[in-house]
Amino acid sequence: MKPARFDYARPATLAEALALLAQPDAAVLAGGQSLMPMMNLRVARPALLVDINRLPLGEITLAGGTLRIGALARHAEVLASPLVALAAPLLPQALAQVAHAAIRNRGTLGGSLSLADPAAELPACMLALDATLVVASAARGERRIPAGAFFLGLYSTALASDELLLAAELPAAAPGWRFAFLEVARRHGDFAMAGVALALGPNAARLALCGVEAGQRRQPAAEAALAAGDPAAAIAALASTDAMDSPELSAAHRRHLAQVLLRRALAHLEAADAAA
Amino acid sequence: MTHIGQPLPRAATARLVAGRGSYLDDVSARGEVHAAFLRSPYPHAGFRITGTEAARALPGVVAVLTEADLAAVCQPWQTKTGSAPGMVSPPQRALAKDEACYQGEPIAMVLALSRAVAEDAAELVEVEWQELPAITNLAAALEADAPPAHQGLTSNLAWSTELKGGDIEAAFAAAALVVEDRLTFTRSTGVTLEPRGVLAQYNPASQALEVRISHQMPHQLQRHLADLLGVPLGRVRVICPDVGGGFGLKMHVYPDEIATCAAARLLGRPVRFVADRAEALLSDIHAREHIVEARMAVDAEGRILGFDVQDVQGLGAYSIFPRSSTTEGVSALRSLGAPYRFSAYRGRLRSVLQNKVPTGQYRSVGHPVGIAVAERLVDLAAAARGEDPLEFRRRNLVAQAEMPWVNPLGARMAELSHQQCLAKLEALLDLPTLRTEIAAMRAAGRCIGLGFASIVEFTATGPEGYGRAGVLVAAVDTVVLSLEPSGEVTARASISEIGQGTTQGLAQVVSDALGVAPDQVLMGSGDTATTPHGGGAWASRGAAIGGEAAWGAGRKLRAEVLAAAAALLQCAPETLDVRDGRITDASGPRMTLAELAETVTFRGYELPAGVQPQLTVAHHYRREQDTALTTNGFQASLVEIDAETGIITPLRHWAVGDCGRLLNPLLVEGQVRGGVVQGIGEALFEACRYDETGQFLSGTLADYLLPMAGEMPDITVAHVETPYSGSVLGAKGAGEAGTAGAPAAILNAVNDALAPHGASVSELPVTPGVVLRALGRLA
Repeated sequence: MKPARFDYARPATLAEALALLAQPDAAVLAGGQSLMPMMNLRVARPALLVDINRLPLGEITLAGGTLRIGALARHAEVLASPLVALAAPLLPQALAQVAHAAIRNRGTLGGSLSLADPAAELPACMLALDATLVVASAARGERRIPAGAFFLGLYSTALASDELLLAAELPAAAPGWRFAFLEVARRHGDFAMAGVALALGPNAARLALCGVEAGQRRQPAAEAALAAGDPAAAIAALASTDAMDSPELSAAHRRHLAQVLLRRALAHLEAADAAA
Repeated sequence: MTHIGQPLPRAATARLVAGRGSYLDDVSARGEVHAAFLRSPYPHAGFRITGTEAARALPGVVAVLTEADLAAVCQPWQTKTGSAPGMVSPPQRALAKDEACYQGEPIAMVLALSRAVAEDAAELVEVEWQELPAITNLAAALEADAPPAHQGLTSNLAWSTELKGGDIEAAFAAAALVVEDRLTFTRSTGVTLEPRGVLAQYNPASQALEVRISHQMPHQLQRHLADLLGVPLGRVRVICPDVGGGFGLKMHVYPDEIATCAAARLLGRPVRFVADRAEALLSDIHAREHIVEARMAVDAEGRILGFDVQDVQGLGAYSIFPRSSTTEGVSALRSLGAPYRFSAYRGRLRSVLQNKVPTGQYRSVGHPVGIAVAERLVDLAAAARGEDPLEFRRRNLVAQAEMPWVNPLGARMAELSHQQCLAKLEALLDLPTLRTEIAAMRAAGRCIGLGFASIVEFTATGPEGYGRAGVLVAAVDTVVLSLEPSGEVTARASISEIGQGTTQGLAQVVSDALGVAPDQVLMGSGDTATTPHGGGAWASRGAAIGGEAAWGAGRKLRAEVLAAAAALLQCAPETLDVRDGRITDASGPRMTLAELAETVTFRGYELPAGVQPQLTVAHHYRREQDTALTTNGFQASLVEIDAETGIITPLRHWAVGDCGRLLNPLLVEGQVRGGVVQGIGEALFEACRYDETGQFLSGTLADYLLPMAGEMPDITVAHVETPYSGSVLGAKGAGEAGTAGAPAAILNAVNDALAPHGASVSELPVTPGVVLRALGRLA
């Protein structure tokens, strides 16, 4: 379990980093919590590793109704951030279930979103929170991609090979919106067998799943049913998700869990309302 | 002050927790090269290595070796045992020749200046593969049209046997009730914190091989290295430094380890191989792949009449050398129902070759399978009779007055304390209160189950176990003690320390036998150059066998000390005693052990003529009766099932055991807790999975799920002490009891939780999918 040979660069500026990323087979090293194991297993074999840990990309700010989380913000920092708790309360719910403390200390928001693992919690959260992802390249400068257009499928995103994810921008939680993140995992911290990220507003809803479909996306049919105040129809709509099928976890099993979790998420919000 | 039985922390703890241990990979040798193996990516394939030039040409590569290279210095080996006469297990080589029979079988090795370069070069070895039909599925392996696991075999049946006693037909004919089930056990493996690893050096000038290896039994390996590599045994030194866990998987002969030693011999320079985690999961022995169909006959009064059992056991591509994988199947059959009184038994075992890594002895060998089957049947019978599962057990447990009890398989049960253990368990659980709590939780809609397991384990195997089978495994052990001039005692034991703490127990025994504080006893083990030949660590034998050797050696040294002191003090030895490092008489301390040892060592002229104190003594211990020492116990498990997600949460676990005299309860409790956790892992999480083409799917710790602290319940441990009457100390085996019973207790708890839903499971591990299918929530 030693990685194949690679070159390594640790740029000091964003411009330098973007120039390096324009080289063929370059990969970004942020927290390394997925990339390093993949390299050690020789599943990933980048020719050049661009270590961005010196770039000032970890800031978390809240201004003008927008929460901006830098791509290098560690999961632990996002989890502990009072700004995040205020403006995006879904994220701490989800991050508490992301891996373990040691991994959260290193893993980054940008790394998780750029990898687009189908079981990862954060892509689903970005979808449910209607995030915009800010990316940049040396050739084309900065562009902004809505989360719905960013995640394209299994380990696939709209990031071009020379592009770096800089930040996620999220509209701060509006009054009347409530959030729930629930997942099922074999052990605490494992990749989710299934998870739901739910934002429920007045006559509106945003819902995304993790661990169910190969590509993470919003669930428009279920959202429409929720917006119309028909939770049963929303739960039923998840029966037609294009769930992944694997030997230990069948498509039917994932769909079943998604339905259970959505029902529980709704019950959880209802109970919270009743308590409030 | 006696130290036997005291919960003293082990002497090695401070060193190990401070990170100052010395594991295999902490030591390097000047000029060493690193080995990486090219392993078969196919479960079954013919192959031809067509080019190694590119690999050799990579800077930093020292050599690329294939079977043809190693054949010059290394013999093949073949597992043969009198315990499984007629067994078919083809010869095995350090590197495969022409045909790879399991995914992960090494076919070539690269030696390079770093492991990374060796891995780079291994990718450059050119191989022509010819994929062959593979058989991995256990149920399918015996079908007539199943492809053979090795080319040329006419059947995958390696061995079959029938264990029987009593009139099984009569027992079932007379039965008022017959319960039956078919249980499936998925392969699991013992995951040690420290993976396997070896650093081998061959000195051509002295023709001596020195092998540092993370292994449980240095002397067994010394013998096999001598035989396979053609080096005289006395010139093979095997050193096992700190060993980060064994669990049985570090007691076998592995191709990659032998290849490493052979390469050191060929190259004349040190070769290091350390399995990485992916390699470990792929190439360490697996265990416990069984399909068991079992029936139990019960009379109208609820008494067990007999068991009729068919076990199909997966061996993998070879029966593991030297002990044979069939041992697990036999052990499963032998442990099945062992706590109970019954008059007839028929157990059929079929051991099957497959294109998978070999299975082998893993902690509590076979017992978890046999116990889970029997305890499941017992619960089924209790349910069918509408009675409490503990009442059914209580009626059928062999009573103390009936012992020694020889059951229909010929297994001898002696000095077991089923009734006391059960009583202690019931008290610990506070059953009436617990039952009320469970009823309340169920009334609140929770899916809760309580399960029990009664356990007999066969431990501390004596000389008859492997000796009669013609397998060169020592069951005799030795402790050598030297009184140093400082008054400290150095001890060298042929028992191995693999993290379980045995040497701490032995130090306490020496301490009491001689009369010194335990911290004055400095234990050494794990080195064939400094310890006499012995068995090492297996079958929970350290206390029961090693303890007797330590006691005997301590008493011999005490006698020498008293004789020498009596000569110096001009009194009779009988008037003297050794207490806390001092030689005392009725008046009090007369001299310290240090003073005595100094006198003998440096001023021998002060001793009277003819007095020759032997300050180094050795004691061998060979148990003369009882092939194994039976131990017993009870476990209970409380679980909660999320009936919608299928997730099972163990809430509490209780283990009451009788391992005879406790040398150190801290050590025993650590072993029991760790063993229970391993058993819970087997019951709920751990599985070596293969896809339909035979590809291994559990090659990382993200896929092979180990039990982790967060998921583990509080484990309450209690003891009953029935000393073994056949030895001085009376200790029996303790290290595997937790693993033996936990899967059964969990399985029964899950089924107790599912019963109100009209569901049941008969498959380990009980994954969420298994639960949801049982509940009809998934197809």
